[in-house]
Amino acid sequence: MSKVLSKEFLQRWAPLIVLFSLCIIVSIINPNFLSVRNFARLATSSAAPLMLAIGVTFIIIMGSIDLSMEGVMAFCGASLAVVMLQFNSFVEWGFLAIPVAIVFGVAIGFVNGLIHVKLKIPSFLVSLGIGFSCIGLTMVMTGGVRVSASDKAFRLLLTERFFGFPLMVYVAFAALLLAYFIQKKTALGRNLYAIGGGEELAHASGVKVERVRIIAFALAGAFYALGAMFAVAQIGSVASNLGTGFMFVSITSVVVGGTALMGGIGGVWQTLVGVLIVAVISNGMVLVGLPTYIQEGVLGVLVILAVALATNRKAIQLVK
Amino acid sequence: MLEFKKVEKTFPGVRALKGIDFEIKRGEIVGLVGENGAGKSTLMKVIYGAYQHDGGEVLINGTPVVFRNPRDAMENGIGMVFQEQSLITNLTVMENIFLGFEAQFMKFGIINWRKMAQAACEQLKKVKLDVDPYTTTSELSFTQRQLVELAKVLTLEERVEGDLVILLDEPTSVLPRKEIELLFDLVRELRSRASFVFVSHRMDEVIELSDRIYVMKDGEVVDVVDSDGCDVDAIQHKMVGREIDKRYYREDKKHPYQQNKVLVETRNLGKEGEFSDVSLKLRAGEVLALVGTEGCGTEGVIRSIFGLDKPTAGELYLNGEPVRAFSAFNGVRSGVGYIPRERKIEGIVGGMSVVENMTLANMQDYSTWGVFKSGVERELAEQWVSKLSIKTATIDTHCGNLSGGNQQKVVLSKWRSAGAKIILLDHPTRGLDIGAKEDVYDMVREMCDDGCGVILIADTLEEALGLAHTIAVFKDGEIQKWFESGGDHQPDQYDLLHYMI
Repeated sequence: MSKVLSKEFLQRWAPLIVLFSLCIIVSIINPNFLSVRNFARLATSSAAPLMLAIGVTFIIIMGSIDLSMEGVMAFCGASLAVVMLQFNSFVEWGFLAIPVAIVFGVAIGFVNGLIHVKLKIPSFLVSLGIGFSCIGLTMVMTGGVRVSASDKAFRLLLTERFFGFPLMVYVAFAALLLAYFIQKKTALGRNLYAIGGGEELAHASGVKVERVRIIAFALAGAFYALGAMFAVAQIGSVASNLGTGFMFVSITSVVVGGTALMGGIGGVWQTLVGVLIVAVISNGMVLVGLPTYIQEGVLGVLVILAVALATNRKAIQLVK
Repeated sequence: MLEFKKVEKTFPGVRALKGIDFEIKRGEIVGLVGENGAGKSTLMKVIYGAYQHDGGEVLINGTPVVFRNPRDAMENGIGMVFQEQSLITNLTVMENIFLGFEAQFMKFGIINWRKMAQAACEQLKKVKLDVDPYTTTSELSFTQRQLVELAKVLTLEERVEGDLVILLDEPTSVLPRKEIELLFDLVRELRSRASFVFVSHRMDEVIELSDRIYVMKDGEVVDVVDSDGCDVDAIQHKMVGREIDKRYYREDKKHPYQQNKVLVETRNLGKEGEFSDVSLKLRAGEVLALVGTEGCGTEGVIRSIFGLDKPTAGELYLNGEPVRAFSAFNGVRSGVGYIPRERKIEGIVGGMSVVENMTLANMQDYSTWGVFKSGVERELAEQWVSKLSIKTATIDTHCGNLSGGNQQKVVLSKWRSAGAKIILLDHPTRGLDIGAKEDVYDMVREMCDDGCGVILIADTLEEALGLAHTIAVFKDGEIQKWFESGGDHQPDQYDLLHYMI
């Protein structure tokens, strides 16, 4: 019995243990890791991936997958910049660009979910297609050129610091709390777990499964838009490749954090841990001085390793 | 040739087979009958290697054997024709026939399809089925598939030295009469090559086809009779016979129902291929049992009442209102609760906690604008846990860790707390031990006292008779006969069985 318990305990807390061990290892190799500056750098670089990962966490809890984040991010980021350019300054109506971007994110997610549910096409394929279409739309919108987003007030997200951390870290944390609230305290959050744990049953309990699915994709879209906002604030300009690389990082983070791809298990706090693990590894590899091309390889190995460790092979007989 | 001596099989909490003695001689057709849950399927599973016996001996020609898996059993000449067919419908007929045994047609890892097709034709000839082995299985009719399945089992002939034993699990339940005749003729012809074990709910067929009949009840063989000159009545009495303990079903707590308060009414309700012309009424405080053999349409009726299936004919009224849109959501809103037979699949979400499972059907009651009111939900869950004495560490325990009986209580409280007044129970006590069963019976009585109506598909006839006020006997999707329990003429199990088969 105690053996079972300790195994469960390990499986549950493994991501956190891994995170701490990583921090210790990296700081031994390079003590600079433990500076406030480096932590701020870590947190800043995690803000955008965290938003994307949270968005896709909701979808994965439901047992589906969303691969549209790179495209949605590019589109929302570009519309943010373009709308901002229409106004003289961010403070004078320019701030409207943020809600516009979020609305676009929600709308794309809504369409994504609608097609997935109504035409009964696997979420994997719909979202992949939607993502590519969004990149195409972004190209059209920007004319293929880089759009600048250098408004000083907007970039306060990056430049204004409290206790050494940029403003966007705090905003990201607030968004995380909001996500946790949705997960824990709303019927929507509960329904996501019910669908992931037993869709048939949720349906037989009167849950409007199709509606919940569509709303979840729309919700994910909103978080992708927030991710886009942070990324744009960080870079100061937008091109259609804004989202490149984020799909892998966000899904890796969710899985490494311990949210099950089969659905029903996990949550946004796990995702935070996952994002931090990936960030520490990337950051650590830079501090240690590994070349970039090896870094990507390491992340690839990491995601397979994490799933291998987290999967309860006894409970699963077939894998497709 | 195949012999069982005092074979035992125990599952956690249930002794499914109690000292079974069973024998099949060469070329013999043995019938196996018994009520649902009598242990027939467990016995079959031990024979073809899906389960391993944990006591007694299984002998083949006098040598003790243990089949670790179905393939093991096959290598000893034992094959199974499944009731729920085991063919993979997107493969061709010949691929199905030789599934898992393709090696004989392979050279350097490449399959010689022509050779396989030839061999498949040989097998199909044995069952007199004239189809192209290259046909995709999904294009075949149900009967044809059954024959392909039989052909698949008959490949054992070439592969195995010695004699064959072929298990037929309810092969006739979905076949039209003419095709049953064909199947029977075929089986009789094949007995020169194999012995058969034949399981069926239809007594006349068992007597017609078998040489000897084993009668099972409660995990025991209660009788073995020769089919020559045997008596259907006598067998049926042996299948069900036991003194019914009135207290077991809480009959002292059975109160008359409210005549005038009709919760459910169906008028000539029908669904193509499942049931037809079903007219019934459920009143407050009533337990209405629908009985019949497996596949007689009762499950379809309650699924339609809940809204999971859409009937194709007739009308349904819930609380006097006609139902136009059939969906689970509308069912729940009209106060219907459905407790399906597979708890693990349709009853509880294993990964979710007790409280989360309990409130799944009525979250709107605990939330404003989709946000949970803190405390209210948990308070209610606590109340139900103590009211039904659900044995759980906390209300945050994962439901998957609870015992079957307690899971069942969680499911019941889910519907009760959602305010359901019409409770549909599909085999609510299947797989539960005695104590847990009694808890369920208690809950049924309490629900009736609270003004709920219960439609029950009982696990056994005994249970239906013990619990119900009214009993509708189904056969082939239609109501054959109504019985009132507790009147001047108390029906017994034999009365029901008579109309079922």
